Amino acid sequence: MKTSTKTSTKTSTKTLAKPLPEASPKSSTGSVRAVRTGGGLSVRVDPRAALVFLLLTGVAFAASVVLIGSGDFRIAPGDVVATLLGNGTAAHEFVVQELRLPRILVGLLVGASLALSGSIFQSLSRNPLGSPDVIGFGQGAAVGALGAIVLFQGTALAVAGGALVGGLVTGVAVYLLAWKRGVHGYRLVLVGIGVAAVLTAVNHYLLTKASLVDATRAVLWMTGSLDGRDWTQVWPLLAAFVLLVPVVAWYARPLRVLEMGDDAAYALGVPVERARLVMMAAGVLLMAAATAAAGPIAFVALSAPQLARRLTRSPGPGLAASAAMGAALLLVADWVAAVAFGDRQLPVGVVTAVLGGCYLLWLLVTERRAGRI
Amino acid sequence: MQRLTAESVTLGYDQRVIAENLSVEIPDNSFTVIVGPNACGKSTLLRALSRMLKPSEGRVLLDGQTIHSMPAKKVAKTLGLLPQSSIAPDGITVADLVARGRYPHQGLLRQWSPEDERIVQESMAATGVGALADRYVDELSGGQRQRVWIAMALAQQTPLLLLDEPTTFLDIQHQLEVLDLCAELHETQGRTLVAVLHDLNQAARYATHLIALHEGKVVAEGAPSEVVTAELVERVFGVRSQVIADPESGTPLVVPVARKRAVTAASAVSSASAAPSAVKTL
Repeated sequence: MKTSTKTSTKTSTKTLAKPLPEASPKSSTGSVRAVRTGGGLSVRVDPRAALVFLLLTGVAFAASVVLIGSGDFRIAPGDVVATLLGNGTAAHEFVVQELRLPRILVGLLVGASLALSGSIFQSLSRNPLGSPDVIGFGQGAAVGALGAIVLFQGTALAVAGGALVGGLVTGVAVYLLAWKRGVHGYRLVLVGIGVAAVLTAVNHYLLTKASLVDATRAVLWMTGSLDGRDWTQVWPLLAAFVLLVPVVAWYARPLRVLEMGDDAAYALGVPVERARLVMMAAGVLLMAAATAAAGPIAFVALSAPQLARRLTRSPGPGLAASAAMGAALLLVADWVAAVAFGDRQLPVGVVTAVLGGCYLLWLLVTERRAGRI
Repeated sequence: MQRLTAESVTLGYDQRVIAENLSVEIPDNSFTVIVGPNACGKSTLLRALSRMLKPSEGRVLLDGQTIHSMPAKKVAKTLGLLPQSSIAPDGITVADLVARGRYPHQGLLRQWSPEDERIVQESMAATGVGALADRYVDELSGGQRQRVWIAMALAQQTPLLLLDEPTTFLDIQHQLEVLDLCAELHETQGRTLVAVLHDLNQAARYATHLIALHEGKVVAEGAPSEVVTAELVERVFGVRSQVIADPESGTPLVVPVARKRAVTAASAVSSASAAPSAVKTL
């Protein structure tokens, strides 16, 4: 796990966390190494997790280049990279910058946001099923969006706003319903599943009330898709991502401690309720922003953190590796949709739903065997 | 004044009051054991002493400051707690889990100093889990796992350490192992230990200071040899007993009087065999 020269992506080499010369050559404490500076600063680095992060970032980047190059107007991967670096022809420039890049950026940001949100909630609930699309936030966002479509025939912006509000309101409702001298993981999942069921019924009700045109639009939105996404979707999503990632990173260490139970977290000096509230808020916002941009793309939040965890072999779903996995997963799914079913005949949400459904089945079987559900 | 005290605290959950106007002092450098029947409030008292439960009245003082208004990390550098139930994250190694005990001493840019590394090593050595460092916690036995959790609490490097029923769910061999470890930590490292224990005889053998609780009130406190009497056992646990000297340690040994029904049913044989069997369970 020492060499990471296989990935030669330009964007990621800066974050490469190679063991520096002053790092202890062989750490006795598990797989974790420390990178230390002269001034007494030190950062814990798990080389395997760092490598997984780099590889997944590479996969996401490669999928981006391929997707930008494919379509009615094909561009060779080399030209795509040249255009992205600002050295392309005018025609390439137009196709890449105006038509295809925003769609890919939405895909990357949505995948990473969903996976981060899933990682946060799985840690907080200490349960791999405690993902925002299982415990009602996805359904809540859908109620908001469907309400905007069916009741108000709203614009795309109104639908995005509806999804955002729906997700946030559901987040607050689940938190309050699950609160009893603090929020406990198991109760969060159970309350969330109940709320999700109610909201699903509301969504079905809204669909029965819709006109044929609205219903078609609503169903399309509910599948989750990257089609037709442009810079107007990129900017708000990017803003949310840039604002929330530092918050999440700041609370990443308390989150690890929270996984050991509230009592242990109290004993170790974590401000338990504050840390949980901040992380839940960040998770709900990430989920809602992603859903507002691309619709409720199924199962990325559920599966990406667990897939990343199996690759990194770290305890608990790691945040950085999860985000990279989510971005890679979503774009690869989008590529599969394009290749397997002709040029983007299929929304990406269908592919992630099929993949995720298989994953969920496998998860339920293994969790049941392990006696956890 | 001792470092950790509770001053006339009222403790409870929601509307249910478990202890009222309770005052307790933990003698510095003692191995204090809190005993009492189920639901007497001993775990509740420990939760209050460790900042997890806020008293509705009164206050808990740590080094003269009200513990509930102190910053969480500051408390965690002075006062450690081994909770009754903790969750080991899936696929965590022993070394990684023990390393998490260093959390209160770390920061965003000071995540893993050479000192952290040294203390984690020492904590694993002190609890005899050094050889298990790279094993997964979920594949250890109950006794090993409890020692790993104690190692994590040790790595926190707190002069005061509270243990909430550290021997529950362990078989007799591992119970003794954990208690021997606690006694050793108390003697060699000079830490103040406070434990909640179920077994009165174990408490009498290991504690230097005993606090007996009954219905949320301190019934007796002091050295086990002075405190543990037949009257106290009957008053606190509602069990008639003889208190004799433990043949191993000389500390008080509580031998319950056989129940009347057993005596009439199985004649004198059971009363004769009751005492030796109680000794064996030690």
